[in-house]
Amino acid sequence: MRKILIVFAHPALEKSRVNRKLIEMAEVIEEVTFHDLYEIYPEMDVDVKAEQKLLKEQDVIVFQYPFFLFGMPALLKEWMDLVLVHGWAFGRNGDALKGKWACSVITTGGSRASYSKEGQNRFTMRELLAPLEQTVRLCGMHYLPPYVIHGTNVMKQEGINEHARHYRAMLKLLADGSLDPNVLKGLEYLNDFMMDNG
Amino acid sequence: MQGGGFFFQAFVYLAAAVISVPIAKKLGLGSVLGYLIAGIIIGPFVLGLVGEGGQSVMEFAEFGIIMMLFLIGLELKPAMIWKLKGSILGMGGVQVSSTALLVMAIALFFGLQWQTALALGLVLALSSTAIVLQTLHEKGLMQTDGGQNSFSVLLFQDIAIIPILAIMPLLATVHTSEHVENGGGGYHAASTWIDGLPIWGQTSAVLGVVAGIIFTGRYLINPSFRLIAKTGLRELFTAAALLLVIAITILMGKVGLSPALGAFIAGVVLAQSEYRHELETNIEPFKGLLLGLFFISVGASIDFHVIASNPGLILELVAALVALKFLVLVAIGRMFRMSFDNILLFALALAEGGEFAFVLFSFGLNNGVFEASLVNPLIAVVALSMAMTPLLVLLNEKLVQPRFGTKEKEEKKPDMIDKKSRVIIAGFGTVGSTVGRFMQANDEEATYLDPDPDNVDLLRKMGLQVFYGDASRSNLLHAAGAAEAELLIIAVDDAEKAVEIAKTARKYFPHLEIIARTSGWEDSYELIGMGVKNIYLDTLDSSLRIGSDALSRLGHRKYNVMRAMKTFRKYEEQHLHELAEMRHDKKKLIRATKQRIEDLEKLMLEEREELHKDKDMGWDVSGHIADENHMRT
Repeated sequence: MRKILIVFAHPALEKSRVNRKLIEMAEVIEEVTFHDLYEIYPEMDVDVKAEQKLLKEQDVIVFQYPFFLFGMPALLKEWMDLVLVHGWAFGRNGDALKGKWACSVITTGGSRASYSKEGQNRFTMRELLAPLEQTVRLCGMHYLPPYVIHGTNVMKQEGINEHARHYRAMLKLLADGSLDPNVLKGLEYLNDFMMDNG
Repeated sequence: MQGGGFFFQAFVYLAAAVISVPIAKKLGLGSVLGYLIAGIIIGPFVLGLVGEGGQSVMEFAEFGIIMMLFLIGLELKPAMIWKLKGSILGMGGVQVSSTALLVMAIALFFGLQWQTALALGLVLALSSTAIVLQTLHEKGLMQTDGGQNSFSVLLFQDIAIIPILAIMPLLATVHTSEHVENGGGGYHAASTWIDGLPIWGQTSAVLGVVAGIIFTGRYLINPSFRLIAKTGLRELFTAAALLLVIAITILMGKVGLSPALGAFIAGVVLAQSEYRHELETNIEPFKGLLLGLFFISVGASIDFHVIASNPGLILELVAALVALKFLVLVAIGRMFRMSFDNILLFALALAEGGEFAFVLFSFGLNNGVFEASLVNPLIAVVALSMAMTPLLVLLNEKLVQPRFGTKEKEEKKPDMIDKKSRVIIAGFGTVGSTVGRFMQANDEEATYLDPDPDNVDLLRKMGLQVFYGDASRSNLLHAAGAAEAELLIIAVDDAEKAVEIAKTARKYFPHLEIIARTSGWEDSYELIGMGVKNIYLDTLDSSLRIGSDALSRLGHRKYNVMRAMKTFRKYEEQHLHELAEMRHDKKKLIRATKQRIEDLEKLMLEEREELHKDKDMGWDVSGHIADENHMRT
């Protein structure tokens, strides 16, 4: 079995129905370590050594966060800047994360259609996630398509429940290693695969 | 003594100093020149208020030089001397040996015997520690290259006095059976405990005494000062400080060593003691007075009869002495690659004869090295050259430097003289020690002051730079470097003391930014009233931390709790400053305090409502506006 770390960043989790539900599902999976950054580092004083040690023990790293102004919450960026450093995560001798898998799980109010060239947001999700994708590749990790949950502010409870189910199924597949990265390669979202196979 | 009576003498000396020094300073001549002129005026050749008595006063006044070297020692840590060793041995060695040899050569040319010539060379090679250091210090030139190197050379000369005194008797040419009245008297007593001993015995006795001073300074002084400090009697501490210096003086005299050197060694040994600042503040006024007295007596002792009997010769000798020493010093300056400005300062400062020449001349006279006919005019020459020094430095500063000086940028050499901390922490209790340790962990070394001797001792054992003393006294703050420091942290437990310290600092060191810990509303108001902006209520932060932890244990998100705590603290401190403004109106204050409690309740309610009103909109609506229905997740 493969170990999964969910690096979670949400400064106001108490107000997020979707993320609370997702976490509820994820936490019960044995292989999953749920890592709540805003709860662990409320003053942004990231313990780099401890974080690196934790990362080394994992096979899959999942970045879960709400999409704020087309990016990640401040603490997650801070965490990346401090933990994924040259000489450890990349660069000369920086191979601590090499070969691991990484993906992101993102919640956003905008619809999937709004994230397109013609849409209100003018760029696709994959385009906007390019910095994260490149960071993952720089660290020698395999980049999986993102799991994106659109329209969270209009979502009904059934929608949330369905996503939660798919999320759990996805984590299970990641844990038993039955997801083939080559199959996923062409996909835009991991959701699409789960729709077909979940 | 003329005009009899101790009080009359004291009156004359003090009056001379009080009148002439301010005038001299006003004219830009510096205090040393002021004292010298005062001495000449009250001396036997102008007003005649002090007669031959000037001589005995001088011996007493030389005690001021001893104190000065003690204080200089206190400022220097052994490591610092080690750093200066190159310039002390190099420059000092070259200066003394080459000047001595040149003087000797000239003396031989004039037909003196080689022994006398050599002795003369050695005596005239010395410069005046008192005049040079006082003059440079007053002009703020001690930190320059020229000043530093002058100090090194003077230090070497002070050490050189020991071997010079030792070989002087060997250079005797005139056999003297009768020991004419002892040259120096006072501590320069020619009869010492070790006179009868063979050379090796004398040497080991001398080394033994020096080792004794170092041992005493290291292991015995601190405990005994602690006992004295605990009595809480300030004058007792002053007495102990004086006792220490006088004891060293007597002891060094008894083994025939320079007491100034002994005091210097004692000072260096005590440089790391926690009582250093306290010692400094206690000795400083005595040193100042006695040094002034010394300069006056140098002025008074200039023998104008000798000068008048052959003015041409005396003036030629003064010019020759100063010129010779000046040229040697310039050569040294070039050899050690000093800059033009610094060479000039260095060479002019050290070109005179020194006060030890008086001692050595009479010592030599008694030991049959010199004859009176040779010594008498030379004493006048040395005295005149000493009187000229402040004048030469002044001329250099006012006329030469502006015209020829290179006006190089003052490049401050780091660490040469004791690096003063940028922060002074008053009070080393629970708060002060935590603040201090935290700052030290971040490479900011502070100077600590604490009024509890036991506390100080304990902390020094832990390797911290803690000094004993009451920070509400301006001179102690000054000694701790308040003039150069940027920040004063008041962390004493006693609220009244804290206010006193702030008052002193505000008054004497207005540039110091004050950070104060307070224990209640009253002292906070008072400090704020004084213009202290950085007030830290003792218990506020820990109370809020307890509250925050309690909240997060009850399931509140830590990040929110942290933000709420910071908002709360901001309001609380704002309120403190608002209340402080009405501190003079008791009624208003009471009303406001009652109001405050109500306000606080209201504030907390508002806080909660705010939280529910979603002030952090950006976070709860995941992402950004997109679709038609804008509903909350």
